[in-house]
Amino acid sequence: MKEKFDIITSSCIPLPLENVDTDQIIPARFLKATDKKGFGDNLFRDWRYDKDGNPKPDFVLNDPSYSGIILVAGKNFGSGSSREHAAWAIAGYGFRVVISSFFADIHKNNELNNFVLPVVITESFLQELFQSIENDHQTQVKVDLPNQTVTNLSTGKSEHFDINGYKKHCLMNGLDDVDFLVQNRQKVEEYENK
Amino acid sequence: MNTLFDKIWDTHVVQTIEDGPTQLYIDRLYCHEVTSPQAFEGLRQRGLKVFRPGQVYCMPDHNIQTHDQDKPVEDPIGRKQIDTLDKNCDEFGVTEFKMNTKENGIIHVVGPETGLSLPGMTIVCGDSHTSTHGAMGAVAFGIGTSEVEMVLASQCILQQKPKSMRISINGKLGKGVTAKDVALFLMSQLTTSGATGYFVEYAGEVVRDMSMEGRLTLCNLSIEMGARGGFVAPDEKTFEYIKGRKYAPKGEAWDKALAYWKTLRSGDDAVFDKELSYNADEIQPRITYGTNPGMGIAIDGSVPTLADIEENEQASFMKSLNYMGFAPGEKLLGHKIDYVFLGACTNGRIEDFRAFTSIVKGQKKADDVVAWLVPGSWEVAAQIKAEGLDQILKEAGFAIRQPGCSACLAMNDDKVPAGLYSVSTSNRNFEGRQGPGSRTILASPLVAAAAAISGKITDPRTFL
Repeated sequence: MKEKFDIITSSCIPLPLENVDTDQIIPARFLKATDKKGFGDNLFRDWRYDKDGNPKPDFVLNDPSYSGIILVAGKNFGSGSSREHAAWAIAGYGFRVVISSFFADIHKNNELNNFVLPVVITESFLQELFQSIENDHQTQVKVDLPNQTVTNLSTGKSEHFDINGYKKHCLMNGLDDVDFLVQNRQKVEEYENK
Repeated sequence: MNTLFDKIWDTHVVQTIEDGPTQLYIDRLYCHEVTSPQAFEGLRQRGLKVFRPGQVYCMPDHNIQTHDQDKPVEDPIGRKQIDTLDKNCDEFGVTEFKMNTKENGIIHVVGPETGLSLPGMTIVCGDSHTSTHGAMGAVAFGIGTSEVEMVLASQCILQQKPKSMRISINGKLGKGVTAKDVALFLMSQLTTSGATGYFVEYAGEVVRDMSMEGRLTLCNLSIEMGARGGFVAPDEKTFEYIKGRKYAPKGEAWDKALAYWKTLRSGDDAVFDKELSYNADEIQPRITYGTNPGMGIAIDGSVPTLADIEENEQASFMKSLNYMGFAPGEKLLGHKIDYVFLGACTNGRIEDFRAFTSIVKGQKKADDVVAWLVPGSWEVAAQIKAEGLDQILKEAGFAIRQPGCSACLAMNDDKVPAGLYSVSTSNRNFEGRQGPGSRTILASPLVAAAAAISGKITDPRTFL
């Protein structure tokens, strides 16, 4: 999971729905694993497959004209349950970036902790991006973490995105928060003794 | 500035990373079987022990069957998660309230009722409804599994400090209007993202008048407005509730704790990043009509029409209504329902059972309704018996099941079949939440009770 992050250029999978909750990303009945593997197979399970397990042809992940490692979703992506399984499903499917105009807090942290980059853009840029992808399913988007920019290569439009310096450093160097916290146990003991 | 949230948060800061998050000290970590196995496994892979095992309490709740708990869980995968939690707690020396023991129940019911969740604490759990514990005057919030691993490894978490919001509700709630209706009202006002990025302090006359159970319901649903958490400043009611509970401080420790807890309030000069204010008159018994908790109406209201919905949002709105089998503009009062669920971390407490019983007493359950009444913990189950509520419910045709998360999220046997309608006191009406294809209408225990005896969506005030 600790895949270092730099610049990613890819076509996108569009999901122009709002308030996509983590129960849709991965339904509760698939949360029973005790490891982090295999969740990608059940990403968007009930939108992607019918009750007999056959792919639903009208769902975007089953449409071969779309591909890529960037998911573009409507506002308030990842609301609801805190299940990190949703981030494991997104990462497990192969996505490295999720672009939306708004993310739910817990899910956003979960993505970051799994080296999936949540990129927040303006609603107007998001709508333009959906339009570009609809016009050309292979529209390329460049996500440049070092410079914190995201660019729609079909229109040339670009936006800056925010990420704190600490997390950016972690993503670019494959470091996680547990490493940091364990190194800082001394500080915790000092705090406890205050 | 100078809000209660600031006070509790600032007291727990170990360090602030330059251009980064805060390292926040956590007083209490709760774990259940679904979101903790990978965290314990992470420790094992790193060769670490649990840093402060005395501050961690675990209990299985999601996969537990709500009948025959003396037998193992039938589903082998669910059983493996419970077994894994047992093993992890043994191996890492962490306290566990095991399945089918008298301290077991839903974490968010057990924490407050055992006196483990206390004012001024920071409390986390790999579960978004951890905000429930905010009712005790604590800063409590849900986290992911990587973050559970952080707390197990260091008793700390890295977090950006959320902004603060105060929601005041003044006046007196009308007859038949409960804490659940207040929460459902707030969600429909704020939408499921209106409080994202904020920590909410609930205040005003309505909140002060609310029982501890009511406050637990209100705080439980903070996440459904997107909030990181929500809490109520502790008061005499809080202290009275905590006093004498098993893990609450005793003797001198109690006096010392109480003196500190009494200082826990926002200053008169407190400045919040956002302040909202509502009046109790605006709030009626409520139900949801859609597939997120913000899609709610007064029980006698109508589903919005397309004209009420922004153009960008119409596709999501219609997808939701098609799933629910409702039409724009439809009135839902009198709509036939199939299932009723009383329980969950939202409404599985004694007061919820009292409220439900108050409506069905002397009545009969509708023949074609399946009703699941599931106490939030064995403690609640015992109290239901002690008060004789089980007898009244039995006479009305209802049976009480054994404690667990039950039909809240379709991880155990209690699932609502596809296409059928469930009036549920739980917290989420997402697509498939109570089983693939299930249609959930969120409501209070009073609305659930009225539906259970009439077989349709009914205004509970007609029974009061």
